[in-house]
Parts: sequence; C-alpha cells; structure tokens
Amino acid sequence: MEISILILPLVASIISGLFGKYIGDKYSGYITSILISISAILSIVVFYQVIFNQYENNIVIATWINSGSLAVNWSMKIDPLSAVMLVVVSLVSSLVHVYSIGYMHHDPHKPRFMSYLSLFTFSMLTLVTSDNLIQLFFGWEGVGVCSYFLIGFWFKRESANSAAIKAFIVNRVGDFGLAIGIFLIFYFFGTVNYSEVFALIPTIVDQEFSFLGLEVKKIDLICLLLFIGAMGKSAQIFLHTWLPDAMEGPTPVSALIHAATMVTAGVFLVVRCSPIYEYSPVILNFITIVGMTTAFFAATVALVQTDIKKIIAYSTCSQLGYMFFAAGVGAYNVAMFHLFTHAFFKALLFLGSGSVIHAFKDEQNINNMGGVLKKLPYTYILMIIGTLALTGFPFLSGFYSKDAIIEFAYLKGNTVGYYAAGIGIFTAFLTSIYSWRLIFKTFHGDYNNKKIKIEETHESPIIMLLPLALLAIGAIFAGISFKELFMGQGSENLFWGNSIKFLNPLSADHPPFWFIVLTPTLILLAIPIAYYLFVRNKQIPIKIADINKPLHNFLVNKWYFDELYEVLFVKPSKIVGLFLWKFCDVKIIDGFGPDGISLFIKKCSIKANKFQSGFIYQYAFVMLLGFSVLLTFLIIK
Amino acid sequence: MNFPILSSLILLPSIGSIFLFFSKSNDSKNLAIKYIALFTSIVNFLISIYLLIVFDSSTPAFQFVEDKIWLEGFINYKVGIDGISILFIILTTFISLLCIISVNNSVKTRLREFLIAILIMESFMIGVFCSLDLLIFYLFFEAGLIPMFLIIGIWGGPKRVYSAFKFFLYTLLGSVLMLVAIISIYWISGTTDIVKLYEEGIDPKYQNLLWLAFFSSFAVKTPMWPVHTWLPDAHVEAPTVGSVLLAAILLKMAGYGFIRFSLGLFPIASEIFTPLIYILSLVAIIFTSLIALMQEDMKKLIAYSSVAHMGYVTLGIFTLQQQGIEGSILQMISHGLVSAALFLCVGVIYDRMHSRMISSYGGIVSIIPKYSVFFMIFTLAALGLPGTLGFVSEFLILMGAFIDNFLVAVIASIGVILGAAYMLWLYKRVVFGELTNSDLAKMNDLNSSEYFILISLAIPILFFGFYPDPIINIIEVSVKNLIETYNLNLISK
Repeated sequence: MEISILILPLVASIISGLFGKYIGDKYSGYITSILISISAILSIVVFYQVIFNQYENNIVIATWINSGSLAVNWSMKIDPLSAVMLVVVSLVSSLVHVYSIGYMHHDPHKPRFMSYLSLFTFSMLTLVTSDNLIQLFFGWEGVGVCSYFLIGFWFKRESANSAAIKAFIVNRVGDFGLAIGIFLIFYFFGTVNYSEVFALIPTIVDQEFSFLGLEVKKIDLICLLLFIGAMGKSAQIFLHTWLPDAMEGPTPVSALIHAATMVTAGVFLVVRCSPIYEYSPVILNFITIVGMTTAFFAATVALVQTDIKKIIAYSTCSQLGYMFFAAGVGAYNVAMFHLFTHAFFKALLFLGSGSVIHAFKDEQNINNMGGVLKKLPYTYILMIIGTLALTGFPFLSGFYSKDAIIEFAYLKGNTVGYYAAGIGIFTAFLTSIYSWRLIFKTFHGDYNNKKIKIEETHESPIIMLLPLALLAIGAIFAGISFKELFMGQGSENLFWGNSIKFLNPLSADHPPFWFIVLTPTLILLAIPIAYYLFVRNKQIPIKIADINKPLHNFLVNKWYFDELYEVLFVKPSKIVGLFLWKFCDVKIIDGFGPDGISLFIKKCSIKANKFQSGFIYQYAFVMLLGFSVLLTFLIIK
Repeated sequence: MNFPILSSLILLPSIGSIFLFFSKSNDSKNLAIKYIALFTSIVNFLISIYLLIVFDSSTPAFQFVEDKIWLEGFINYKVGIDGISILFIILTTFISLLCIISVNNSVKTRLREFLIAILIMESFMIGVFCSLDLLIFYLFFEAGLIPMFLIIGIWGGPKRVYSAFKFFLYTLLGSVLMLVAIISIYWISGTTDIVKLYEEGIDPKYQNLLWLAFFSSFAVKTPMWPVHTWLPDAHVEAPTVGSVLLAAILLKMAGYGFIRFSLGLFPIASEIFTPLIYILSLVAIIFTSLIALMQEDMKKLIAYSSVAHMGYVTLGIFTLQQQGIEGSILQMISHGLVSAALFLCVGVIYDRMHSRMISSYGGIVSIIPKYSVFFMIFTLAALGLPGTLGFVSEFLILMGAFIDNFLVAVIASIGVILGAAYMLWLYKRVVFGELTNSDLAKMNDLNSSEYFILISLAIPILFFGFYPDPIINIIEVSVKNLIETYNLNLISK
C-alpha cells in the first residue's frame, strides 16, 4: 500500500506523458486526477495509522547505488514527519489536478501539463519519504526539474523560459551546498542513511575540521551546507530571486509547487535533520536570522507589487521565513504545523487568484481589476477565507500556527529570539496590510479594466471551485483540529516520537497576556487601515509613495537583488567565458600551439626556399664561403 | 579458453570491411553495402554481449587471455579483459552499431568508404581496450586515429582539412612520446607484457619521466586543458557520425589508458603528479564550462562540455578512491552515451536545416515535438540530473574527490551549476521560444531510424540512472584490486 502512494503518481505521469495523445485531453486529466486522488486517500490512511497506531516503517524498495562503502537504497520511510508531508503533498496535489482540468481547459498541451504535475508529485513524494540523503537529493533535483518544466510550460514566452532557467540555476546553487553537505556527511560518517548518521552525530559534536585554513566545528559546517540547500529550495533571502519569476508558470503550478509543497522542502530538510541541527546552536541562530530577514523583506516587497500572483509569491516567501525562524528557535513541530496550515490557505489563495485571472481573461495586474465582488461571489468568499487564514485571523488555521511561532520565538528567551518575535509581529501586521490590499484592489472599488467589459467577467466552473472549497475547509479547520496533535502539551513524544529531536524540551510556559493579544489586535486593526487606504482614500498611498520615492523604488525593484546578481554573477561569467575562449583558447593556446608552430615552420621553409634560387653563382658563392670558413677553422686549430 | 573470442571481436569488423571493399555499389540505394556493414556490427555487438554473459566478474584477473608470439622475443600478441575493459568493449560495439544505422541520415557521398572507415575503427578500438601488451596497445591506439582523420578530412565541413590536421598533429605529438616511453620500458624491464609489468613493477627512478610521456599522449586524447583546442574544431567539421565516434569512444581510450597504465604501471609517479591532474581537471571543468556558455555553434558547445565532463573523469581516476574510480568509469560510459546522443540530436536538425548555429533555431518544439522530448532527456542527462547515469557518476566522482581533497571537490562541484546553465540555455534557445525562422516550419519530426537510435541511447541512460548496480558489479572487483595493488606498491617502495 505504501509503495503505491509513490508509484501511482509516476504511473499517472507516464500514462499522460506517453499516451496523452491517444487517450485525449479529457481523459488524461481524469486519469491523472483519479490516480493522484487514490494516492492521497492512501496517504490519509497512512497518516491515521501513524496517529492512532504509532505505525512506523522503513520499506526498502530496491538497491540504487552500491560503490565501495557507499550503499544507497530506494526506500520509503514512514514516520510522523513523512506522514504529515505525504498528506500535504498528495492532498494538495490531487486538488490541483482537479482544478487544472478546468483551468487548463483551453490549453492545447494539457496531457503534457498533467504529466508534469504528476511527475512532480512523484518526485516530491520520493523526497519526503526517503530514508537517506541521496534519495532526498534525487527528489530534490527531481522537483526542481519539474518546476523548470512547469514554469516554462508556455514555451513561447521568452519571460517564461528565462524564469524557468533562473529557477533551475538558482536552485542548483542551493543544491551545490546541499551536495557538499552530503559529501561531508559521508566523509565523516561513511554513510548517508538518516538513522545511522543521526546516531553518530553526538560523537562528533566537539570535533573541528580545517577548511581553507579556518578551524570550524564539523557539525556547524554540515548544518550550514545543508541549510544553503534549504535556502535555495525554500527561496530564502539571497536565493529567493527565482520564486517571484516562477509565477510565469500556470497558476495551478504556483499553487502546488511554489506555495504548498516544493518550496517547503527546505523547511522539511531542516526539520528532518533536527538531530543534527540541535547540536549546532550557532547555525540555528543563523537560520532564525535568515528566516526573519526573509519574512520581513518579502513582506515589504509584497506591499508595493501590482501583479496579483507576485504578491502571493512574496507572501509565500515571507511565510517560509516564518517557518525557518520557528525551526531556528528549536520549535520544529511548530514549523511543521505552519507548513501544514500554510499549504491549505496558500494553495487556496493561489487557486483563487487563478480563478480571478481566469475571470479577467489573463489579466494579472490588480490595478486593472476591482469592483467584481458581485460577479465573482464564490471566488470572493473563498479568497477572503484564505486571506483571513493567512493573516492569522483568530481561530482560523494561520492564527494558531503563526502566533505559535511568534510565541516560541519570544519564549526562547535570548536576544535573537526577542528580535525575531518583534520582527515577526511587525511582519504579521505587514502581511495583513498587503493581503487586504490585494483583496480590496481586486474585488472592491471601481471596475478598472479597459480591455474587457465587466459583463464579460464570469465565475469559474464548478470543477475549479470545488477544490477551492475543499481547501477553504482546510484553511478554516486545519488549525483548530490539528493544533493539539502537532504542538500540544507533550506532542514531542506523543506524536513526533523519534522523527524530530528536541535536545532541550520546548518551553511549556506561556508568554504574558499582552503579548498573546498583541498580534491578533494588530492584524484586526490592519483591516480597516487597508480598507481606508485602498478603497476609501486611494490618494494617500500614492502620496506616500511620491514622498518616499527612493524607498518606493527600492521596494518596487525588490531591493535590487536581480540587478545586483546580474552585475555580480551573470555578466562576469559571460565576460570571463568569452575571454577564456577568444583570448586563452584561440589567441594563446592555438596561437602559440598548433597554429603558431605551423606558421613558424611555414615561415622557415619560405626562408629556406630562397636558398634554392637556381642561380649557379649563388651556389658557388655559398660553397666558397663554406670552404673558406672550414679552412680557417682547420688552420686555427 | 580455446576459442579466440577476443581476436574474433577485433577481426570481425575488419573482415566485414574487406567484404565491403569488394562489393559493388552499383544499386542506387546501396542496400547490399548497408546490410553487410549492419550485419557485421550486429554480430559483433552480439558477441560482445555474449562475452559479458560468460564473463566472471568475481575475479580481478584478466580473462579470455590469448598470448601468441608475434616477433620472437620482442612482441607478443596478447589480449585479455577484466571488469574495466569489458564495459568499454560493449560501449564500442554498441555505439558503432548505432553509427552504422544512422549513417544514412548524414552521409551522402562515398557511403561504402565511410562504412569501411567505421568498421576498421571499431576493430582498432576494441583492440585498444583488450590489449595486454604495450606495443600492441600502441599500435591500436595510434591506428585508430587514421580512420578518424579520414572521416574528418573527407566527409567533413568546409574547414575540414585544417581540423583534420590539427587533430592529427596534436594527437601524434603525444603519441610519439608514448612510443619512446614504451621502448624505454622494454629496455628497462625487458618486456612489454602488461601483466608481467604489473607483477614486477617498474623501477621508481624511471617512473616520473615515463609517466609524463604517457600523460602527454593521454592528456591530448582526453582532452585535458590546455591541449583541448583540437576537439571543438574536430567536432565542428566532422560529420555527425564522426563526432559521435570521436566523443563516445575515442576520448574514452585516454581515460582507460590513465586507469590501466598510469595508475597500474607508475603508482609512485601517479602519486607525485596527482596535484597536477587535479589542477588541470579543475581548470578544464570550470574554464571550459564558462567557454561553453558563450558558444554560438551547437557542436562547439557540446564539444566544450565534453572537455568539462572528461575533466570529471580525470579527477575521479586520480582520487584513487573506490567511489572516484568507479564514478569515472561510469562517467565515461555515461558521457559516451550522452554525448553521442547530443551529437546525433544536433545532426538531426543539421540534416534538415544545414546549420549548426544556435541563432538559426528557436521555437521548434511545436514543429518537431518527439525530437524535443529526446533532446530534453539528453540535456538533463548531460547536466547530471538524478535519475540519469550522469548523476550517479558525477556524484560518485565528487564523493571520491571529497575524501581525498575537500577543496578540489568543492571547486569541481561549481561545474555542476555551470553545466546546468549552458545546457539549459542551449536548449531554450534552440527548442523553446517563438518560431521566428519560417523555414523551420517545414522540418519533419524524427524518422524511424533516428527514433530507434535515440531511444536505444535513452533507455540505458535512464535505466542505469535508476539502477546502476549491474555496471558497478562488473567493475567493482577490478577497481578494488587496482586500488589495493596501487597502495601496496606505494608502501613497498
């Protein structure tokens, strides 16, 4: 049964990919959706087994690489952590599959699209169920390449192709760190199997390693390198630039890959490796700092974006930051909880925005929308639910998970913790502002689209709304129903068991009352503020932007990261490449090598040719000269 | 072993070429010629598969050994194989077979002579991989250049003569030094029998010079930086089949040579020169990847990427770790299949459009979708995506390098990022985007022989990517033995 969870998506992908032409658009959509749904149901069964029967298993499917002391298997590790991921991945994936049947209705390449989606699901499942680092890496790169396919799905668009390549290469930079981390682990422990590695970790805690003349702790180096991988995949600051561009892909892709599942792989990696990270407080602090910086940075950028999907993309980036800083303060279960709830409401928001984009016939700029709340009532309500859940409106799912993150940061009790909590609260406020800005500009106010008439906008078909409704149920109830399981008193042992390691038990205290109510209050306050700014008095935001022109530009241009990387990496690589080719290879190596030598020989022979002039007197002269030199030489001797 | 199975493998293609030579090519479709060549190469491929079945992978000793006196007291004709060489033999027979099938698509003139060249080359290549005598090895090694030289020089592009000569000069220069080294080994040890030399070892005081002489030959053929500049030119001018043979098999002779001779015969010198190899390999990986990024000619781009990929091979070999050497052998197999496939992919569109320039393509995915799928598979295999053989090999090489030298491995890993950049960028510019060149719309998708060839390359690349155990099992014992003897030699001297 467990194996079929993995295999069904692969089968779906192969059927739709290879035989899509024969079975037709319609059936490829149905077949893949049904197979993934079966996989999702099986995942839920496994999840229940894990919750109620403490079911754990490590299934070896086949051997993969056996070289010297390196032994890697294709395997499936079922434990609480992977069970949670199985449910998130297969459930969201099945809903996205169903939604895509409607959303991609007019696309000529629908079987290909479904095939990629299923292949992605397969890769993601191999990633989360791996029992070793190399299979994880397989899934890691596998989801990367599927993301590449799907971002560039509309292959005629130049921007989509560039975004796809950018996503893959930026991810490869992260993978570079991850791969070296894996090599290092193999080097130190002679194995890449989680359980074996984790068992050996305590033995190297204080050992040091010389790297470029620096003495660093082995454990810190491993943690840092693995985290670089996680930063790439989870779009943390410095390696985040691909995520907003990835919105070039069709919207279901953004919902599945760039919100609910793939981008959370980095968080999953850190949580999975908690038995390593727990011994490296330095890197945990670093993770907290990176996480909160990303959360803050992305929220500020989201404030001024005008593309509906990019706003949500930056929001995702920001929420991933929250997850990381939860992991950084040691609250891995809370990070997982936020990952779990986030999957529902963020997929909901993306699919909802897809519904809006669909209604406006591929318009993505929120300045060209507005006033359609009566035309799109269901989408509107569902988007509102998603927004409320995202911002942490009391008793919806985001409320439990996000507030818990901020509280645990506060309870950490050190400087980094307080700082993170402060930034976390402020970012929550910003989150609320930009999320409501999106809602108000999209649905309220006047109708601003000049290309199509308001009568032409239409609500999406039921096949698209149904997945949205299911996700909305998740967005409302996932928090309250699973809160106890994920992070209740004693859940570390009751639920998570060995899958997450807590070196120091999580604080059971509660923060002061004022602290608990602070975040929800700010979030609620943000709603009227946003309404006033973006519906009532639209001149104010424009004025603020005018007064703070440099700051506004800084935000609109996403802190100039793309421009910086262009100057730092892209251009130099091209210039160096050109230099190495045109100068080193052609001028120096060829110039002094084969071309130079042959030219030299040619010149010599031309010179030598001149001796053969054919004139007797010249030959006679040379002979005479030679004869006299010889004679002189003999006489002197 | 009574039946001389290795000799028949070596001789069979040559016999086939003799038949070709005497056959008349008067019917317009050259059917008779094609069938003779095809038949020969299929039989040879089957024999090599049979060889694999009866091969005993549990012993590191040479098997199927044939030892005959050629010149009394001087040269023995001695052949035999171990776990390492058998893979290369199969690669050779497999690629030659595919080349012969694909020859129709790219070669329009003098088909008979072309097939003769391929078959003779196949003979020589198999000879290289099973020689157990230095002189025999040298003969096959150098003779293999001649058909290649002719293939480039006769069936090549407009600058074929320049390229052919550059190719020949470079490779000959290295070879002359190797010949000198072989003769001196004979003077020093009194034999050129590799098995005997393995047992007796070579006096350490001569090893450095001898190592350098062999190195100069192998480095040119690998090719290592900075003696790689013949490769892009040769590839650009060679016909598709020529490029395939060159990249898939000819380059592998050098990697094989490094393992068999540099490590096997001169362990002490190898130890001394390892840093040199490391530096040149790293330079090859990083520099040529950057150069590949800027290429405008598809074949040149793939040629430069070959240099980078072979950089991993040399790096892996000299790590002297089980993972490193096994990774290198896998990388050679993988590169043999992937580069062959990529050159064939370029050939497919070149045959239709007669242009190798990246800029003359774009948006062809909607015109020739099947082709685009295959091209994508091979592109991903070239950038070492997990699930393809390229991943397993690069990962093992880097792992081996890591155990030996942390910094080297880190720098080499950067090549993985660059590899993704140039391959995906190439693919994007050729296959994706708007269709701007209206001539492209007339292209036909893969014909049946192209389809067959590409699928038979894709299957092993993917299969062994998911399940490389069969290959690793064949080489494991031999590699282990190689490393053990190497370390023993180091300690004892």
